[in-house]
Amino acid sequence: MPTASLTEYLFISGILFSIGLAGVIIRRNIIVIFMCLELMLAAASLTLVAFSRANEVKGLPDYDGQMFVFFVITVAAAEVAVGLAIIVALYRARQTVNTKDLTSLQG
Amino acid sequence: MHPSLLLILPLVSAVVIHFFLQQKRASIAALVGTLVTAATLGLSLMLLGSENSTTLFNWIQVGDFKIDIGLKLDQLSTGMMIVVSGIGLLVHVFSLGYMKDDEAKARYFGNLSLFMFSMTGIVLASNFIMMFIFWELVGLSSYLLIGHWYQKDSAADAAKKAFLSNRVGDFGFLIGILMIWGISGSVVFDEMSLTAGTPFLAAAVLLVFCGAIGKSAQLPLHVWLPDAMEGPTPVSALIHAATMVAAGVYMMARFFYSVGIDVIPECSAMTIAWIGGITSLFAALMATQQDDIKKILAYSTLSQLGYMVMAVGLVDPNAGMFHLYTHAWFKALLFLGSGAVIYACHHEQNIWKMGGLLKKMPVTGWTFIIGTLCLTAVPGTSGFFSKEGILHAAHDKSHFLFGIAVVVAALTTFYMFRLIFIAFLGKAKNKHAEHAKEVPLIMGVPLILLAVMALFSPFLGSLIPAVDGFHPHIGIEMNLVTGCSIGAFILGLAGAIVLYKEKESDPLAGNAVMKVFRNKFYFDEFYAKLIKVFQDLVAAVVHFLDEFVINGLVVGGLTRLAQGTGNIFRAKMQTGSLQNYAFLFGAGIILVIYLTVFL
Amino acid sequence: MPTPLFYLFAVIMLAGGIGIVAMRNPVASAFSMIVSFIGLAALFVGLNAYFVGILQILVYTGAVMVLFLFIIMLLDLKKEEDRETKTPTLLAGIIIPLLLVLQLVAVFQTSDLGDFKPITKDSLIAAEAQLPNDIPADSQIRKELKQGSLPDVNLIGQKLFTEYNFPLQVIGILLLVATVGCVSLSKKLIPKA
Repeated sequence: MPTASLTEYLFISGILFSIGLAGVIIRRNIIVIFMCLELMLAAASLTLVAFSRANEVKGLPDYDGQMFVFFVITVAAAEVAVGLAIIVALYRARQTVNTKDLTSLQG
Repeated sequence: MHPSLLLILPLVSAVVIHFFLQQKRASIAALVGTLVTAATLGLSLMLLGSENSTTLFNWIQVGDFKIDIGLKLDQLSTGMMIVVSGIGLLVHVFSLGYMKDDEAKARYFGNLSLFMFSMTGIVLASNFIMMFIFWELVGLSSYLLIGHWYQKDSAADAAKKAFLSNRVGDFGFLIGILMIWGISGSVVFDEMSLTAGTPFLAAAVLLVFCGAIGKSAQLPLHVWLPDAMEGPTPVSALIHAATMVAAGVYMMARFFYSVGIDVIPECSAMTIAWIGGITSLFAALMATQQDDIKKILAYSTLSQLGYMVMAVGLVDPNAGMFHLYTHAWFKALLFLGSGAVIYACHHEQNIWKMGGLLKKMPVTGWTFIIGTLCLTAVPGTSGFFSKEGILHAAHDKSHFLFGIAVVVAALTTFYMFRLIFIAFLGKAKNKHAEHAKEVPLIMGVPLILLAVMALFSPFLGSLIPAVDGFHPHIGIEMNLVTGCSIGAFILGLAGAIVLYKEKESDPLAGNAVMKVFRNKFYFDEFYAKLIKVFQDLVAAVVHFLDEFVINGLVVGGLTRLAQGTGNIFRAKMQTGSLQNYAFLFGAGIILVIYLTVFL
Repeated sequence: MPTPLFYLFAVIMLAGGIGIVAMRNPVASAFSMIVSFIGLAALFVGLNAYFVGILQILVYTGAVMVLFLFIIMLLDLKKEEDRETKTPTLLAGIIIPLLLVLQLVAVFQTSDLGDFKPITKDSLIAAEAQLPNDIPADSQIRKELKQGSLPDVNLIGQKLFTEYNFPLQVIGILLLVATVGCVSLSKKLIPKA
């Protein structure tokens, strides 16, 4: 049975990243935007793992790439915790999570 | 005894007085200053006649250029040190009485010590750079002492005026020093000798002379000296009559002998002589119409400084130095005498409110008359011998300058006897003058000592600051020069007797010409106008440049540009909307990928 | 991973991603994300990255998404009221990602990355012989490799605690900082007197 090639994995990951970017641009709910950011991170992880599998070192996958994914997941977890705390604090102050109402940085 | 003590002692005294002996211990301060000056005089006497140059320490060394702080001892400098420390000591002693009740006595004596330090530095300097440093330091101490009563606006202004006028001269002086350095390759007096016909030497000589113009108050920078009389009278005697103002003449003499007296270009020498002669004439004319006893003496000093500068310009610096030496004693005597008069008359300086002082203050009066006789060159007095030297030099070189010198001599006699007749003879015109009492002993003794020196100084040949075994011509021989000198004296005396004997007010007061003299040829007014016009002109140009070019185009244009673009970005781009930013961010990434990957 | 399975999971993952963007309700978005991440985890497993795949499910669907749901419910977020997204925004949101994908395709057109080398029993046994000497003979890694199976977790652990030991410590500190940050952010703001 034929197996999927590296190019296909990278293509899929690129599409996932684009979906995430589209979400960031289109959606107004800041929590959903946050989810889309996670999606983009996940797309990057997929690329890393795919390359890790493709670059074989002495017959084994290159685990440096997976190491990277490991750290990305860890940092993303911390980021989610802090980010959500910020969103809660923001909601407490403004009673909204809609980016349309959060334009106080306007020039 | 190391000669450097001459420098160290006054410096230590100035520092100690300024930092440790404040007003509470002013008497100690006065004592310290006086004792140190006495020690300086003792040292100077010991060093008299020694000939050597010592290097104290190496100050700057860059490549083969180096500046040492060194002392040059020869007849010129040691003799000058006697004048400085001798008159300095007598002025200190006089000040003990004169400044007894002053509120800032400690500061006064501290500054006096500072002046002694700086003046010693000028006299003993072994090179031009060191001399320039101390040159500026005497300027500073002169400033501090003129402005001693700085609460008075006039004193503060006079101090500023003196400082600024000197700045103008010193600017030229510094350029002159640099030129001399460039021409001769050295700033050390001992290594400076040049050969005749050196290019640019004439300009360099004149630029160095600028320093003397400022310090010795020659035309056209003479305006500060009369105003400097706002300072305490002993200061006027020491600084503005005997020593500092003579420093210009001393410096020129030192300079002339260092480069070689024969190589001085004729044109610059004659320029110097003419500036001296004209200063001397103008100052004498102005002195005839002054009412302030100190102003008369100040213009007289100007006039005599003009004499000395003329002698220097006639390439006979020894004659100038000899006159400097005799003049220092009798002019200090006259100033201290006027100080005594002012002290006795409760700070009245107008001679028309004095009168009959000779009877009430015999010591002051007679010593003042001795000083006057010396100044007016009565045959046999010190002034006669020294002035004769200058007249001879003038007679040899230029008959026109000789004529000026004779006229000045007559005018000198005229205005000095005018002063004597009005202030010391006749009737008292004011209750202060009526109740004037002889000054205390501490002020009387310096007067007597100065009178002795004024009379006998020419006979103390070893004290005379001069170069190359200079022997003053002592003696009276009848010839044209002597005749003119005596004739001028008689003419001046007769004029004074006719016009001012037993007069209550000035008979010449209404005269239009006299008004010009009284107003000092309107020099001050002219300078005020000149500076105002010049300043307004420059200010207008600068204002235009600043307002339109710099502010309007450069600064304003830049700010408007930045503001404009900033406004566009702020209003159009910075929406605060996250979507917009994300969109721009994504577009940017695409652009970057396009530019890096596909191009 | 066999191609049909790959496409299956890829479609699941992308559908979940599209779901996140398209769903009006944030809760629905969150569930779409779970779907998407399950598909992603399956792709990881297909790439022989078993540990990362498990981690993805545990951390994201297990912890992070629960946190998201918790916050969404805590804040009681309704559907976005003015759902009619403006056309320019929609267009921008489609064109920009599309351009990115196009650029990606253009890159793939000019490059041939080739296929994965298959990991088989024989290749793993061969790999065992090439292992560095500092891995002891009786270790789990060598044992499993000799048996022809990939000791994924052991290899990651070995790497993590030797080569990546320092970054691991730093990440630990980062987590601590994040914890402290969350606590301080969640504290009620007490206005100063």
